Amino acid sequence: MSSFLSVSGLCRYYDGAAAVDNINFEVSEGEFVALLGPSGCGKSTTLKMIAGLEQPDAGDININGKSVLSESPGKRNLSMVFQSYALFPHLSVKENIVFGLKARSVPKAEQKKRLDSAVDMVDLRPHLDKKPGQLSGGQSQRVALARSIVSNAPLCLMDEPLSNLDTKLRADMRSEIRSLQKKLKLTVIYVTHDQVEAMSMADKIILLNKGSIEQAAEPEIFYEKPETTFVASFIGHPPMNLISCEDVQIGVRPEHVSLVDESGLNVVVNESDYQGSETIITTTYQGSIIRAILEGKQSIPSGSSIKVRWEPASEHHFSTKTSKRVDTRPGLLPFQ
Amino acid sequence: MQLSRQIQAWLLLLPALCLLVAFTHYPVVKTVARSFFGFGVQWEDAASLDNYRYLLEDEVLGQVLYNSFMYAAITVPVSIVLAIAMALWVNSKMRYKGVLRTAYFTPTILPMISVANIWLFFYSPEIGLLNKLLALVGHSGYNWLGDPSLSLYSLMAMTIWKEAGFFMIFYLAALQTIDTNLYHAAAIENASKWTVFRRITFPLLMPTTLFVLVNALLNAFKLVDHLFILTKGGPNNSSNLLLYYIFENAFSFFDTAYAAVLTVVLLVILVVLALLQFGVIEKRVHYR
Repeated sequence: MSSFLSVSGLCRYYDGAAAVDNINFEVSEGEFVALLGPSGCGKSTTLKMIAGLEQPDAGDININGKSVLSESPGKRNLSMVFQSYALFPHLSVKENIVFGLKARSVPKAEQKKRLDSAVDMVDLRPHLDKKPGQLSGGQSQRVALARSIVSNAPLCLMDEPLSNLDTKLRADMRSEIRSLQKKLKLTVIYVTHDQVEAMSMADKIILLNKGSIEQAAEPEIFYEKPETTFVASFIGHPPMNLISCEDVQIGVRPEHVSLVDESGLNVVVNESDYQGSETIITTTYQGSIIRAILEGKQSIPSGSSIKVRWEPASEHHFSTKTSKRVDTRPGLLPFQ
Repeated sequence: MQLSRQIQAWLLLLPALCLLVAFTHYPVVKTVARSFFGFGVQWEDAASLDNYRYLLEDEVLGQVLYNSFMYAAITVPVSIVLAIAMALWVNSKMRYKGVLRTAYFTPTILPMISVANIWLFFYSPEIGLLNKLLALVGHSGYNWLGDPSLSLYSLMAMTIWKEAGFFMIFYLAALQTIDTNLYHAAAIENASKWTVFRRITFPLLMPTTLFVLVNALLNAFKLVDHLFILTKGGPNNSSNLLLYYIFENAFSFFDTAYAAVLTVVLLVILVVLALLQFGVIEKRVHYR
């Protein structure tokens, strides 16, 4: 009945403008929740308020059913991984990891035990005596993770932990963090602007826009049933096509659009973007952009007219006025 | 081509070299020479160690060296501690910190002669501010500069007042380069303010501390201006410092040869101090 972490009516203003505007969500124990959104949407501010590094202007934060607003960050029983890693540059890897244990006067033997198990978990054994300056980005990230692991805190906050890493390393770390979280049964709040991270790692995604929640749901719901045009145009590679038609916007994913010879929508090709396994064709239909993902290499000259169509079942509809999802009204386009 | 580049390089160096040679290297060589060949203001034909022998017999020198070391040993650490404390304070989130920073920095921009004159008014026995304040609580006051047991400490107090604000600026600049996320990380770990200072702030300030330490020590031996105004080394050499003693020998007693010897002593002391600092402390300093 009661959730592990609950955030209610959270607000934060900077110079009168709302950075976080009435945010509510609940997280159960052991859940991996991604706070997703473009930069400036308030996701990092929300995380800092949960950590206690910033004070909200209104609202409440409960951990284990108790309000933690009056508690200092160190008393909230949580750990945090920072985007810049926040490693102490003058301390060795080992000292960085046990910094918190020393600050909390954990007995020496216990320190050593936790250090050993954390170091093995993140594979840092050969680097224990190095200084952070001698580590690669990935290794620094592991130190930050180890520091969070040894704290034994049940709640771990991560602030864009992978954004300073290169693409390949990022993919490896994604699965590593996810398996660590499952193994340690951690509750994780994970801030990111990268939809791939959110979609592949999280049990639940909370998508923020301009300080408010656009949608909070499981990853597959985001893909299958976006609640607003913002969500529709944020998720997907490339995101959903939105076509204005009377008082609704029709949404259809590029991967559901196919090229046909007859009885399709007449569109004009703008460009073809070859990406190896697929080609993304960008076309225009009455002022709306429609993208289609086609298999293999397809070279269609710019300016040529082609016909496209899709199954009515893969259509989404949004009200032009409210940008919200509305009940299906199929058959609006000429080919259906 | 290669040669013309060499010549061009030397030409570019020339102006600086001229100044260095004329005002630093030549005087050093001349001073060392005079310490061996000099007799009073005259030159002898043969080198001798007579001037150096006199070092051992000079009772005032012992007093002056003791004073100089005490002066350095007290003013340097006290100004550094004060500078760190002030920098931490004016670096925190508070109103009017700009005013406070300016107030702390003001003594630094005043010339030493003006500072000494201001403090002369504080210290003078009859009309001095300090004794007036003491009189308010019914105390008869002290002869701050005239009492041999107080005069050196009065000089120290003034020096600390002047130096601490200067060093604060360096610490303030260093504090502002420390990543605030480090403090956030420490806050999450429930580190106390003292732990944060001892394990994060202070070690990260170490390069600044080394720099300030070198400067403060050099200053402790270099400052003489205030002695001319305040005590002239007196009473009875109780506040005399090495550099002022060198000046006295050269220009009051006209014993340039002995002044040269004392200058060599001063040089040796400074070189040893510099070697100690860079050798010992550098090993324990973390440079990013």
